[in-house]
Amino acid sequence: MTRKRKRLALILSALVVLGSGLGLVLYALRDNIVFFYGPSEVLAKELAPGTRLRIGGLVKPGSLTHDGMTVHFAVTDGKRDIPVTYSGPLPDLFREGQGVVAEGVLGVSGMTASTILAKHDERYMPREVVDALKKAGRWQESTGKSAGIGGGS
Amino acid sequence: MIVETGHFALVLALALALVNAAVPLWGVATRDQRLMAVAPSVALVGFFLVALSYAALTYAHVTSDFSLVNVVENSHSAKPLIYKITGVWGDHEGSMLLWILILSLFGAAVAVSGRAMPRDLHAAVLSVQSWIGAAFLLFILLTSNPFARIANPPIEGNDLNPLLQDPGLAIHPPLLYLGYVGLSITFSFAAAALICGRIDAVWARLVRPWILIAWVFLTLGIAMGSYWAYYTLGWGGFWFWDPVENASLMPWLAATALLHSATVMEKREALRVWTIFLAILAFSLSLIGTFIVRSGVLTSVHAFANDPRRGVFILAILAFFIGGSLLLFALRANTLKPGGFFAPISREGALVLNNLVLSTCCATVFIGTLYPLALEALTGEKISVGAPFFNATFVPLFLPLCVVMPIAQNLAWKRGDLLGSMQRLFSAFACGLAAMLVLFALRGGPVISVVLAGLAIYTIIGAFTDLATRIFGRATLLKGTQAFTHALGLPRSAYGTALAHAGIGLSLLGLAATGWGAQKIMAMKPGDVARVGPYDVVLESIGPQSGPNYTATVAHMAIRSGGTEVAGIDPAVRFYPTRQMSRSEAGIKTIDFGQVYVGISKGDTAGSVDARLYWKPLVSLIWFGAIVMACGGLCSLSDRRLRVGVARRVRKVAAAAPQAAE
Repeated sequence: MTRKRKRLALILSALVVLGSGLGLVLYALRDNIVFFYGPSEVLAKELAPGTRLRIGGLVKPGSLTHDGMTVHFAVTDGKRDIPVTYSGPLPDLFREGQGVVAEGVLGVSGMTASTILAKHDERYMPREVVDALKKAGRWQESTGKSAGIGGGS
Repeated sequence: MIVETGHFALVLALALALVNAAVPLWGVATRDQRLMAVAPSVALVGFFLVALSYAALTYAHVTSDFSLVNVVENSHSAKPLIYKITGVWGDHEGSMLLWILILSLFGAAVAVSGRAMPRDLHAAVLSVQSWIGAAFLLFILLTSNPFARIANPPIEGNDLNPLLQDPGLAIHPPLLYLGYVGLSITFSFAAAALICGRIDAVWARLVRPWILIAWVFLTLGIAMGSYWAYYTLGWGGFWFWDPVENASLMPWLAATALLHSATVMEKREALRVWTIFLAILAFSLSLIGTFIVRSGVLTSVHAFANDPRRGVFILAILAFFIGGSLLLFALRANTLKPGGFFAPISREGALVLNNLVLSTCCATVFIGTLYPLALEALTGEKISVGAPFFNATFVPLFLPLCVVMPIAQNLAWKRGDLLGSMQRLFSAFACGLAAMLVLFALRGGPVISVVLAGLAIYTIIGAFTDLATRIFGRATLLKGTQAFTHALGLPRSAYGTALAHAGIGLSLLGLAATGWGAQKIMAMKPGDVARVGPYDVVLESIGPQSGPNYTATVAHMAIRSGGTEVAGIDPAVRFYPTRQMSRSEAGIKTIDFGQVYVGISKGDTAGSVDARLYWKPLVSLIWFGAIVMACGGLCSLSDRRLRVGVARRVRKVAAAAPQAAE
């Protein structure tokens, strides 16, 4: 095999590997990314049921009910609410009035969540929640100043 | 006073780094031996000053000196001593100081051990290392001074984030940094090789131990971080494809590729340009990781925009080093003549394939990590790219690599025999297939787990096939004594390769077995029994417990198997009053490489807990595999061919040792 053919083989194999990598990335970016919205945005966008997404906001005070290991609550940004159903382990800091991010599938009347993330520090708020609250105009900079300190890892 | 000494030492270290960045390079340019000789001693003194500075900060933390902002924000007088010491690197300023400490430690290590190296290369490596040191010292002093005082010192500090008050996290950052920052040395070697025009097999042999050291620590650091997440986050996940984790995975992939391409360069003088490029890339990815983690861009793109000083500074460092080294690369790389010839089917060819796949894997992780950040910065649209993305891209690229790995190990250099290599792997193929059939018949379960487990068995056995052939001969079994002499005669790096590859197989087996796990989530009162996998877990009692800076609720549980008690397990949830924060302390019991894992949180009614119980068969193999990989790296490191000029060096090291010990 000459040097030229060797180089051709190398370039071809590089193209095959890189091409398959690129193909996989494009395919995965089409199906496997999840958009994030606040409750007002979800309602404004009129998303089709079955859409997978993340929503963020506060757990609406007075909305939390337990039904065995299943919980029902509403995520609010102060203006609009989205009801959420979830069964599974709740984070330690999941409470009414606290920030929360829920990921799941949108149904006809609210979301069935598969993952619940709560803030894991009194001083730290998930950034999605902060942004959702900001968009709804319910965020005070004074309380937000401390967000971002801590969580050194 | 001690604190000011620390601050002053840091400033002095910067001055020395600037000296070392200029003088030895000038010496290289003018071929002046005296100027080159400056480098090692300045590097050693620089390390001593940074160490002094670090010791001063540790002293302030240990004595709870609340006149320092850094101590106030991260310490508490009641915090256990170990976390006062490890809390030094619990926040941004302290961890940057640790970063620079390790950077200058590697500089000092090269200064001491590299005396057998060509003089100009040695001086240039230390000089480039000082460039990096100077940039980061400037960063610390200008934007993140750990020694900043506070006007009105409070009586008590804010305590360290409870998630970080944990032995696992105490050792995770130093391990990870030793790997991350260790790649700075390979970068300095690459830049120095370009400067001095010494891009050859000798260079590859000199740089290989440093790649290995960085790779071993990076492997251990990532494994440690994953295990920490597994047991502190309380629900048994061990890898989240979180940007912080990806930031350490990308350099690991690049370093793994570099490790393999440097072998080709050392043995066959081929892939020289590519190896240099990978060395630059690996450290660039470390820098990008540092930027992702340290600039605040993750907490929020907006937070980054509000206080951009740190982020922009790191970005400038990033641009300078990546841009500068690539420019140097572009100027010098085309002067190289093509390297040794090899056929596509050969050990070299297989290693090229390894490099291609690993770099592509690295690129997919890179895209998945940075795409959301870029999209948000450009359009404001927020997306999350999580596990599904990486499972659909990284995994299909990485798994074929595991199939090829043992075949490649059995290929000869220059011109390999693909068929012969696969024939030698017959037993590995057979065992893998048999494992699949047996598992499918006995356990059933998800097909992906069965296939992965078979692949893992094949990888583990295949990793040792080459060794076995070399020890026992090809056709017939040799007599015991003869095999023993063969085994002794093999280079240690052969054992290292086998171990490291087997470690990948072990981790893969642990991953495959997650498919056969069982989980149960339920509210439990004392006396309740939960059946999870083959075990019954009985909640015996719930009680309070108090620690130095926390209170805890502990559930005492017993694990039973067929009526007999196997072990006790005490999961807890801790509450840290200073930060008003609770943290779950999972109860974990390892039984035959599998683990019973219980996390609890407070229940709705008093006297009950919400328990999450898991049976995870073979799960400990995931991390055990990483340890085996690291052992393989250490084994290769002890290979005698890496100890070039060892006789000459030992004497010099002995003479230099008292300095280094300071």
